[in-house]
Amino acid sequence: MNAADKKRLLREMLFARRFEERCYEAYVERKIGGFLHLYPGQEACVHGVMEAARPGHDYVITGYRDHIHAIKCGSDPKAVMAELFGKESGCSRGRGGSMHIFDAEHRFMGGYALVGGPFPLAAGMAKAIKLKGGDEIAICFLGDAANNQGTFHESLNMASVWQLPVLYVTENNLYGIGTRIDRSTAVQEQYKRACGYDIPAARADGQDIDAVYAAASIAVEHVRSGKGPYLLELMTYRYRGHSMSDAGAYRSKEEQEEWGKRDPIVILRDRLIAAGELSEAEYSALDKEIIANIEEEIVPFAEQSPEPKLEELERYVLAENDPYVKGGVH
Amino acid sequence: MAEIMYWEAIRRAHDEEMARDPMVICMGEDIGVAGGTYKATSGLYDKYGPERVIDTPISENGYTGLGIGASFLGVRPIIEIMSVNFAWLAMDQMFNSAAKVRYMSGGQLEAPVVFRSPGGCAHQLGAQHSARMEKVFMGIAGLRVVTPSNPRQAYGLLKSAVRCNDPVFINEHELMYNMKGEVPDEEYFLPLEGSEIARQGSDVTLFGYNVSVHWCLQAAEELARHGINAEVVDLYALAPLDRKGIRASVAKTHRAVIVEEAEAPVGVGAEVMAIINEECFFELDAPPLRVSAKNVPVPYNRGLEKSAIPNAKDVVSAVLKMFGKS
Repeated sequence: MNAADKKRLLREMLFARRFEERCYEAYVERKIGGFLHLYPGQEACVHGVMEAARPGHDYVITGYRDHIHAIKCGSDPKAVMAELFGKESGCSRGRGGSMHIFDAEHRFMGGYALVGGPFPLAAGMAKAIKLKGGDEIAICFLGDAANNQGTFHESLNMASVWQLPVLYVTENNLYGIGTRIDRSTAVQEQYKRACGYDIPAARADGQDIDAVYAAASIAVEHVRSGKGPYLLELMTYRYRGHSMSDAGAYRSKEEQEEWGKRDPIVILRDRLIAAGELSEAEYSALDKEIIANIEEEIVPFAEQSPEPKLEELERYVLAENDPYVKGGVH
Repeated sequence: MAEIMYWEAIRRAHDEEMARDPMVICMGEDIGVAGGTYKATSGLYDKYGPERVIDTPISENGYTGLGIGASFLGVRPIIEIMSVNFAWLAMDQMFNSAAKVRYMSGGQLEAPVVFRSPGGCAHQLGAQHSARMEKVFMGIAGLRVVTPSNPRQAYGLLKSAVRCNDPVFINEHELMYNMKGEVPDEEYFLPLEGSEIARQGSDVTLFGYNVSVHWCLQAAEELARHGINAEVVDLYALAPLDRKGIRASVAKTHRAVIVEEAEAPVGVGAEVMAIINEECFFELDAPPLRVSAKNVPVPYNRGLEKSAIPNAKDVVSAVLKMFGKS
């Protein structure tokens, strides 16, 4: 990564932060319904990994904390915000919502709301890539708590037996909803769990995008070169509660302050300033520009977009006009 | 038209579809090297190799999810779940991923995957290997459910299911794999929606599906000796059910008996009765009846097991009672 790349990443991460903060406000204003899981604190994870991969080319899948993963893959933030507002112009036509962002065109294969659900789906996409002979890889981003699901173990086993091109990224934010990892998980170092499936793994500082990028570069290269699956654990922290339904009160003030000192955006910003690549003034101008973009372009688009038509409620349940359903094929 | 066994019909459909389209694969426990518990995939491993005929670990939710994920990218997996009882473990992926992905992605993704699994009560397999679970699958929007009662349907439904762009669950039966029947020599596709009249009649409609179609046909022969001409409708498509076919037959016979191997609560019988109510209540000359299994976990003891599951005699008794002849 050169200085220009890093400045772009700073912009992307700051955008992600401001986007999610604006979602929080829209939720409080009741413009967004349902569950809302926000990403602030974890921005370096998806940005660092996808910087080492090929967004829009590699297939990405994740859980319900998915807005920023979609945007990093290339989704239009306007379509993501419109989805949160439940609009027809949303990337899932208002049928998915916050937890089910999809963008097939950019190979963002979705956010799924059953913890651990995407593990085997990612292995399956990798199987498809292998059958088709492409150079893509499948990347699955999930949290540490998902690794306590059976699907984690079943999928890592199959991915290893069949040497599938899949990268599993564990964004270890130390909490499964409100339960801290040491109270739920026997082996807390998640990368060690890959050992049971003979899958190479590494752990990196998920708050430092340079560290994420370096570790992810090795991981992506391993998977893309046909050496089979890989597990990358990124140590990170979410600033907000699990979703809007909790305030994160199960975490001590000291712990939150400690992690707050290692903010991924501040780390990169300060590094760029120290290297003389960025000034304070430039940074605050960038921030203003991002906020203006969200307020003037993204939110108005979501607000002004039409609702889905009620008469289309039953569309997309099944394929339309499938010749093998009603007959007539001989 | 050759007479072949149910398992051979399934095997033939696999073979033809795999030969036609390199994206058709099959996977499941012991289906490759061993050829499948019921031989339905025998010989395919040698012909198509381990990348397309995949022996999976015993990880039902895992390999089912893997097949579904592959289907997002245009692969068409035929996933054999060795026994429908094990499908409970795979239901998260079947229901939450395959059945919902088209809808929750606003039509962007689809899961053209086929799940095949034998259900039903065989011989003294006990409570955890005798489930009849079609009722569970039928309640899931986005999932098609079909259930072949003979080799022709087994072939024609699998052919259609592989090519259909929706996820399809094919409910087979442990006791039917060795059943013989005629299958067209040329390619044949049975539509995934509809029903078939297995026997024409005028006095009462016996609705059956899968193994219970055969009980209905046997019962119809016996009923003929009592002067009752029963029609037998084969509901090979369970989700969605053939409302038009149900209505047409009831409008003709004015009486309905639904025969199911499963327990009555929240089952096919209940659903067909509801459809009759909604579609053609005023055609009825008598309240519809259900012939169902006892609502118990299936017992091991042979006598107890037989008493738990209905048979042709139970169908005859129910119909005679309906006609006031018992």
